[in-house]
Amino acid sequence: MLLEVTDLRVAYGKIEALKGVSFGVNEGEIVTLVGANGAGKTTTMRTISGLRTVIGGSIKFNGQDITTMPSHQRVKLGICQAPEGRGIFPGMTVRENLDMGAYARVDQKSVAVNEDMERVMQLFPRLRERTSQLGGTLSGGEQQMLAIGRALMSRPRLLLLDEPSMGLAPKLIAQIFSIITEINQQGTTVLLVEQNAAQALRRADRAYVLETGNVVKMGKGIELLDDPAVRAAYLGGR
Amino acid sequence: MSDWLIYRTFWDLTVTGVALGAIYALVALGYTLVYGVLRLINFAHSEVFMVGTFATLITATNFIGIPLIEEGNYPYRTGITLVAVLLACIVGGMVVSGAGAVLLERVAYRPLRGSGEHVGAVVLAFASAFTVSLIFTGSTRTNIIIGLVGTAPLAVLYLRIFRRGRSAPRLAFLISAIGASTAVAEAVAIWGPRDREQYQTSRVLEKRVLFEFLGTDVRIDYVLVIVGALLMLTALVLFVNRTRLGRGVRAVAQDVETARILGVNVDFVILVTFLLGGVMAGAAAMMFTLVYDQTRFNIGFLLGVKSFTAAVLGGIGNLRGALLGGLVLGLGENYGAALFGGQWKDVIAFVLLLTVLMFRPTGILGESLAKARV
Repeated sequence: MLLEVTDLRVAYGKIEALKGVSFGVNEGEIVTLVGANGAGKTTTMRTISGLRTVIGGSIKFNGQDITTMPSHQRVKLGICQAPEGRGIFPGMTVRENLDMGAYARVDQKSVAVNEDMERVMQLFPRLRERTSQLGGTLSGGEQQMLAIGRALMSRPRLLLLDEPSMGLAPKLIAQIFSIITEINQQGTTVLLVEQNAAQALRRADRAYVLETGNVVKMGKGIELLDDPAVRAAYLGGR
Repeated sequence: MSDWLIYRTFWDLTVTGVALGAIYALVALGYTLVYGVLRLINFAHSEVFMVGTFATLITATNFIGIPLIEEGNYPYRTGITLVAVLLACIVGGMVVSGAGAVLLERVAYRPLRGSGEHVGAVVLAFASAFTVSLIFTGSTRTNIIIGLVGTAPLAVLYLRIFRRGRSAPRLAFLISAIGASTAVAEAVAIWGPRDREQYQTSRVLEKRVLFEFLGTDVRIDYVLVIVGALLMLTALVLFVNRTRLGRGVRAVAQDVETARILGVNVDFVILVTFLLGGVMAGAAAMMFTLVYDQTRFNIGFLLGVKSFTAAVLGGIGNLRGALLGGLVLGLGENYGAALFGGQWKDVIAFVLLLTVLMFRPTGILGESLAKARV
């Protein structure tokens, strides 16, 4: 298993946001965590990236325990995230934002970095047109593309995507999701957090349903899509 | 006063004002850089500057053997040797101030950020044991021995406290800065050879007139200060904009958490930021001694406050703002002093600050390091 989260517990002050979350991601999969607001999805993602301290449980990446490893070292191992809210550096150009994605790479200025830049530009032609524009001046959709592209620049083994569809128009959402599938087919493992459960479940190999800091259900994406309880809770009963 | 005299005086004041402003600007960069990445005013930066003036003095007198002002004449007047001496002095200032700023970060700030800090724990442990020992005996030697003995157990204790992984409230950083600042200044006052007296610096550079500009004699030291400060600022802007590490500094300033998840070692970037500010202050310190030939244990205080004023005046967090703020302040102070009398100099500086802030609360250039492309 590429990522193995066991009994993860995280607290904000005295309030436990994660009360023992366990799940795993196999190499090559798209796995999604779905759930309502406040279920602990974003906390889980931030903890995997090392932004939150853990009070219990463990995170293993590729067999190595990374529970207390500093964030920047996790990136070196191959974990990179396009965070919730996109986290675009507003005062940097699109190009500089993408360069920031390659910040932790050991092969700086190599052919491989240029190839990855080219690959990102092919995935998101919009970014090529805007390379010297400031990140803060992009539209929401463009910023999301930039956030994903930037994470790809680190050549991650595991790509974490936190709410990539948030605040985007339906047409754009479909586009972003098909790009995510494409990225996965090119060989990157994806862990996806979504409120837009229908789209996420359709694309995912496997899925976990989070509810107030606990995993309440797991299964194949399509199976959960047909699960009456899941439909009632997250898909508006349709 | 004849028209000609007024004219001449005006340009005179302009040249000296720009030189003073350049020194303010270099020190202001340290405030602005640290504010950019930590959203914190490093009130101990003034002592980083002060330490630099002493480093320059020691480099010139003890290492190169240049006589003090009251003791002898200028040994190097021209040529390569003079350039080498000036470079040695500025490097001395930059190295010591840079190291001082880095140590300050590790002892006074990083422990408060709760990221487990060995160097800070050891230094603080020694300082606490030493201080406690002062209560019982005045003998410096005994104090040092007790300090060393107490270091190990206290360091272990402090490290346990620092490991908690929680950041202290903002106010704690401010108190810590004021404490560190006072401690450094007082240590220099106590252990310096001349206690609290003023030091005349050494005869590094004879203040010859280099050329005449609009009826004013322009001295070589002013030219060196202005050119030197511009070079330093240019180098800094290039570093911040063109290098990978510089991009890391900007990333931390704009969004620290995103910087982290993209693989930026934030603690290291903060250290580099302090180092950059320290190096700039060290260069400023050397230039200050060139022009004013003096230093004192508390010289950092007023100059630090003025430079901080310059940083806020130009727009804190903004590198070019520091330059602009420094120049406006240096010139304003000089013209004002000529109009109202020298004793009004400091009043004018702060009235200027208050006036600008009333109309532009974010300073003249406004943007912060976060938003500006620098």
